[in-house]
Amino acid sequence: MQFFGGSEISPSPPVPTASGNNAHMMYVFNRNGVCLLYKEWNRPLHTLNPQQDHKLMFGLLFSLKSLTAKMDPVNADKGNLGVPQLPGQGCSFHSFRTNTYKLSFMETPSGIKIILVTHPKTGDLRESLKYIYGLYVEYVVKNPIYSPGSPIKSELFNTALDQYVRSIS
Amino acid sequence: MSIQDCGTKGRMDTNDSLRVASLWHSMHAISQQLSPVNGCSGIELLEADTFDLHCFQSLPGTKFFVVCEPGTPHMESLLRYIYELYTDYVLKNPFYEIEMPIRCELFDINLTQAVQSDRVALLGR
Repeated sequence: MQFFGGSEISPSPPVPTASGNNAHMMYVFNRNGVCLLYKEWNRPLHTLNPQQDHKLMFGLLFSLKSLTAKMDPVNADKGNLGVPQLPGQGCSFHSFRTNTYKLSFMETPSGIKIILVTHPKTGDLRESLKYIYGLYVEYVVKNPIYSPGSPIKSELFNTALDQYVRSIS
Repeated sequence: MSIQDCGTKGRMDTNDSLRVASLWHSMHAISQQLSPVNGCSGIELLEADTFDLHCFQSLPGTKFFVVCEPGTPHMESLLRYIYELYTDYVLKNPFYEIEMPIRCELFDINLTQAVQSDRVALLGR
């Protein structure tokens, strides 16, 4: 196993096929931590049951945001570590990468968090996440029958989302 | 744990650094739990609005990280070079106790040199 010299330490997973399905899974949370949507396209490994998985994901994001705001080398005045921050307050991260996946994150001013987990070599997905938020506004928020804070069950949203995510490569 | 602060604003005191370090350690572990695929070895790069954080984990589990401007290239090789410096000037130092804060002059000098030369190389583009 080559250590120095530019090659990767751990073997990376196989590059996705040309069918373009790059995404592993997606989460949407609201500001209270309720998981509004969880979609899975390719997830060979399930470590925990769904409730625990959602809670862990939300907790991880909360802590990462807190850490990022604290570690920010640019802003002088920061809150204390662990204090909940308002959406948009303080420096926030937009993605992190491990050797097996890349997690892209976006938080809207209303506290909606959109998370997309993809192949590690994926590029910057900030624009894609904004587009997905646009889909959410069109198909979910503008739906008079949808009550905020409840899981999303809109067929139109699911189809549009599926189509869009499959087209990201 | 040892920190070299090359920036001007945003310095943390020791307590905060300890909190951040332990927070990072748990999140590194949680990120492995949430992986959709087997064989995850934790967070390697965290991209934020105003900075990037690169993390390198050595085989025995020691973590090295570097906070830099978004998009700075070659940070991974810098981290691996710093690991080399660590093994040469710190671990091979007979007076250094494992797990204690690093107070090896040669390590500090070489570390500063490596970071400065990196900066100059990038500015000289």
